Amino acid sequence: MTTAHALSGAGSSPPPEDDTVIDVRDLRMRYRDQEVLKGVDFTARRGEVLVLLGPNGAGKTTTIEVLEGFRMRSAGDVSVLGADPARGDERWRARLGIVLQSWRDHGKWRVRELLAHLGSYYAPYSTALVRRPWDTDELIAAVGLTGQADKRVGTLSGGQRRRLDVAVGIVGKPETLFLDEPTAGLDPEARNEFHGLVRGLADERTTVLLTTHDLAEAEKLADRILILAGGRIVADGSAEELSRQVSGEATVRWTRDGRPFEQATTEPTRFVRRLFEEHGETIGGLEVRRASLEDTYLTMVRELETGSGPGERAARAFGEEPR
Amino acid sequence: MSPVWYAVRLGARRGRTELRQTFTSGQDVFGYVLWTILLIVPLFLVRDEQLKGAGISAGAFMLPSMVGMTLAFTGMMTTAQLLATEREDGTLLRAKAVPHGMVGHLVGKVVMVSGTALVSMALPFAVGVFLVDRVARQGGGALLTLVWVVPLGLLATLPMGAVIGSLVDSPRTVGLLMLPVMGLIVISGIYFPLSKLPEWLQIVGQVFPVYWLGLGLRAALLPAGAVAAEIGESWRYLETAGVLGVWAVAGLLLAPSVLRRMARRESGATMAERHRKAMQRVG
Repeated sequence: MTTAHALSGAGSSPPPEDDTVIDVRDLRMRYRDQEVLKGVDFTARRGEVLVLLGPNGAGKTTTIEVLEGFRMRSAGDVSVLGADPARGDERWRARLGIVLQSWRDHGKWRVRELLAHLGSYYAPYSTALVRRPWDTDELIAAVGLTGQADKRVGTLSGGQRRRLDVAVGIVGKPETLFLDEPTAGLDPEARNEFHGLVRGLADERTTVLLTTHDLAEAEKLADRILILAGGRIVADGSAEELSRQVSGEATVRWTRDGRPFEQATTEPTRFVRRLFEEHGETIGGLEVRRASLEDTYLTMVRELETGSGPGERAARAFGEEPR
Repeated sequence: MSPVWYAVRLGARRGRTELRQTFTSGQDVFGYVLWTILLIVPLFLVRDEQLKGAGISAGAFMLPSMVGMTLAFTGMMTTAQLLATEREDGTLLRAKAVPHGMVGHLVGKVVMVSGTALVSMALPFAVGVFLVDRVARQGGGALLTLVWVVPLGLLATLPMGAVIGSLVDSPRTVGLLMLPVMGLIVISGIYFPLSKLPEWLQIVGQVFPVYWLGLGLRAALLPAGAVAAEIGESWRYLETAGVLGVWAVAGLLLAPSVLRRMARRESGATMAERHRKAMQRVG
């Protein structure tokens, strides 16, 4: 399996030596007199899972739609799978998978019928290395809809509908998959299954870019997290790197003789050693906690809004007065 | 086989699937039955009234006219309605996300609307032909007229329906368009001969395909003597082909660019925005 995947990674895209699948430089988007994106830069390598975070209205959906070729950008250079999405042809489109925020289409179709039909459009783009489309029943099983395969789409629950959306997104065995808030409306179990599915796709060298508001999900799924705020990418790195970037401090909590204590420190290891040296057996309930992604995210967005962080100029340009 | 041709074939299959769906969905079947009843009731009421000098009853005049009107109405309004609805619910965007999905979608829609139109015409005809005398009794020659009037009627109305469906901002707007369409039907010589209207209204009525489809169906299904009730006492085959042809050419010239422009503008954000507005209207 592993060799086959390595081969498919090398054989199915034009420049095998170049592993960069998404390349965005100075992407700008302007609606009338408002500039929504003010120079977005990032790249994604083959098989990477990127999670795009950001407040509502930050331009996450706009960014994704530019990459999908659904929206014309105002300025900047964008390349997805070696082509400019604004000029991507159908052969290029066949290598892309798209899951949007809200679909309510095809209500009269049955689940299996719809997946078989939409999948058939990809058959001319099948190669020896990437067999397209995905086998319908296998795909239905992979997204956990086997019990609903013969149901009409209009009768599915919200969570089942979302699974179907994901299934349609991947039916053509995409090399790059875009998902805009794929887990909104999913229960924790379905969410967990979805995470397994995305990791499986990434293991098969599919590049995944998704947006979410669930920070735990971002932390769990992402190889890299991008935070989009004030029209720019204000942070780019793994959850761990981001938390170090914002704050080197960790919080140490413990109890001594049953009384709780808490201390922030930049050197938790040394601090804990000293704690035990001084108090020994009387210490209990020890807990060392680095800044969570949530802390990091909130700090970054707040810094941006108050105009003291990396996106300071962006925030000012955005029309927000520093407080 | 080229991918485009392949998508055309998938579209034909898609159209057949959607036809099966509409004829097995309770709500849709109810719609077809209701349409039939709405046409048959007035026909039943005037089935014995004689149309002066034409040798047929008013009911016999109405039956083919209404079948022609059904063709125009389904071709134009159903196409527009489906397209507007499918833009709002994301069907079109889905097609756009799939390689050559738009080709498949469009072909599917043509098959689906054509099939729907034929069934919507056949139902009231099948019922009505037992209620009124002297309709469809003149054999093969006249029926050949159907072979060119019906396809030309679909060509004259479907692309125009697609243009309307691309230009309106929501399916509700198509609903509003029903009002002028009702008015158009009154001046299209469906329920009574056009020659009974003032001359200027006759001229307006003859601009649109509804009148000509009614005339074409009457030419095919009524006895020769019934031509006395028509303008100029002629079936005017040439003019029928001419006017329907102009509508077909105009529609086919206009539709591709309008559809392309509409499709280009579709995105998840515009769809979500329309959805939000629709929800506001409900709430």
